Amino acid sequence: MSEPLLEVKNLKTYFYTLRGIVRAVDDVSFELYRGESLGLAGESGCGKSTLAFSLIRLVPPPGKISGGTVIFEGKDVTKMSEEEFRREVRWRGISMIFQGAMNVLNPVYTIGDQIAEVFMVHKGYSKREGLEEAKKLLQLVGIEPRRVKSYPFELSGGMKQRAVIAMALALSPPLVIADEPTTALDVVVQAQILNLMKRLKNELRTSIMLISHDLSIIAEVADKIAIMYGGKIVEYGPSDLVYNNPRHPYTRALLNSIPRLRGEIRDLTWIPGTPPDLIAPPPGCRFHPRCPHAMERCKKEEPPMVEVDKNHYVACWLYTK
Amino acid sequence: MLHAGYTLSEVMDVSEVQVYKPVLDKQVKLVVNGLKVYFPLRRSFIEALMMKPRLFVKAVDEVSFDVRDGEVFALAGESGCGKTTTGKAVLKLVETTAGSTYYLPSRSIMEDNQYYPLYKKVSEYGHIDLQAVPDKLFKPLRRDIQMIWQDPYGSLNPRRTIFEILSEALEIHDVGATKSEREDIVAKALEEVKLTPASEFMYRYPHMLSGGQRQRVGIARALILKPSFIVADEPVSMLDVSIRAEILQLMMELKKLHGLTYLFITHDLALARYISNRIAVMYLGKIVELGDARRVIENPNHPYTKALVEAIPEPNPERRHVIKEPSIKGEVPSPINVPTGCRFHPRCVALDQHPELEELCKKKEPPLIEIEPGRYVACWLYTKK
Repeated sequence: MSEPLLEVKNLKTYFYTLRGIVRAVDDVSFELYRGESLGLAGESGCGKSTLAFSLIRLVPPPGKISGGTVIFEGKDVTKMSEEEFRREVRWRGISMIFQGAMNVLNPVYTIGDQIAEVFMVHKGYSKREGLEEAKKLLQLVGIEPRRVKSYPFELSGGMKQRAVIAMALALSPPLVIADEPTTALDVVVQAQILNLMKRLKNELRTSIMLISHDLSIIAEVADKIAIMYGGKIVEYGPSDLVYNNPRHPYTRALLNSIPRLRGEIRDLTWIPGTPPDLIAPPPGCRFHPRCPHAMERCKKEEPPMVEVDKNHYVACWLYTK
Repeated sequence: MLHAGYTLSEVMDVSEVQVYKPVLDKQVKLVVNGLKVYFPLRRSFIEALMMKPRLFVKAVDEVSFDVRDGEVFALAGESGCGKTTTGKAVLKLVETTAGSTYYLPSRSIMEDNQYYPLYKKVSEYGHIDLQAVPDKLFKPLRRDIQMIWQDPYGSLNPRRTIFEILSEALEIHDVGATKSEREDIVAKALEEVKLTPASEFMYRYPHMLSGGQRQRVGIARALILKPSFIVADEPVSMLDVSIRAEILQLMMELKKLHGLTYLFITHDLALARYISNRIAVMYLGKIVELGDARRVIENPNHPYTKALVEAIPEPNPERRHVIKEPSIKGEVPSPINVPTGCRFHPRCVALDQHPELEELCKKKEPPLIEIEPGRYVACWLYTKK
């Protein structure tokens, strides 16, 4: 296989607060190839959004990347100067669809202006050229081009979300990170947005990193999936394997908590307890206080990532010989 | 109901179809009949001078359904369809424009409440007309009808302890004479929602609790006055999927324990399939399909319900290879200018396949027709004869 587009190795992003160090992303590694899409799943507070912010180097203070490397197109982006990163990578290489995209748009500028700005800043286009590009982009995401003159309040929620996607696609980046792109949207609109993302993936061969707490949404897009718990990836592999043969007790519990549309109605299960405090995570496996299979060993030693199937990795003592 | 100028017999054989009409039965806890909630829009001074007609947001437009005693009745639909407004109208939290709500209070209200004889009765079983109850006399009924709110972050006052939040209702309704008595009641309520040890949670502030724990406080607050009917407005939509089941399980246990009836407002049809007995699907202020929850969701009849069900994502990785647009066109129109005839017709794909219905769908509003026992659909596809 060719070189990965993105290679994250032992990434650590910590928040240095007065209460202590919050280890939001703690020793996370994964890779992503061109045209491939990755789903990142986990409960709120597991560090999935922080991981995304780390990749485009927008971690809000007091957080910062404390270790590890992020290699994008062969270059370690954590070593770049801010100016170099802004010029070379952010938006040109990796762009992001932020959570709550509805509120990301500036209410006092038309969406055309906001999309054109990307071209004016990054490519030195005139405003007129920028607006022309904005029209093409709106067309691409399924909005009438004449809508460049609309203000955000004139658009429905779904259209605003499309506009934000258009903005992320402006410089045709090879990687787009989508952080909960469909929260607060109705199911019909959500399905349309997910279809749009699938189409972009197929037609433009854009790699998508989709972040969500909802495994049903991730299943609609992701070729491979990483399950995050307490700042760490606990299961990682091709989505066919992870969904059909989940190994980690956490992944299983997540999948069993989703109500299904068809089939018999089994009692839904849930994960008892609360996610770990990332200032003082439990020793050993971070999931052990909530795990039905916890053994003595889990309380003391942290499980390593082991390959249980081809390219399917799990960090759980149940699978180590 | 049809618009003036048309009669039912003109468009179908009346003897064969049954239009939905709620009945006041002993087993029926709540009847909502022809409910309308319109919110007037402000006119500018100039518009008023020019005698422009007043416009209304038709949030709820002729909604009728019945909730049986002890069941979970789901009111489903997308945002803006009027499901929350309907729930609020039942609690008299919004002013209704037309229609009536009949409610069968719990035994204790009927027997102990001094006001009960003053309420207008509408059935021999003791149903009362909620809309006819003057505001002054409504307070005792609030003990019997309670609400669980959607947002566990916004619905708890951040400056009050859990004890203060829960005991406020007790104070208002004069339950518990002393603080220590109220403390006992609050502790019991917290134990019921499994926030134990209660003595520890009682003096915490909302920000010290997780989302799931906050929603338990919301449930405890709804149940502390021993109601018999609960309007639950999207009680788990703000929580992580992984803990939703826990809150739902708790709600179902409490329902069994106290013999509660739930009006469960949700946008999540998969969830509704799991917890509700019957469901009404709303679109733009109107019920389009009503019936047994599993049958409606597994085998939807109305084109809108079909599109909704298709649009729900499922945890099946095979789906990433297929792009299937939900079978619905355009976007939800404004509830100010509701389309004529069937309000779904501009978005309906079934209409494209049945051009012969076009005239009918665009001009006449379809009534909610029984298509099999207990199953109703408001669509001309099922009524043409």
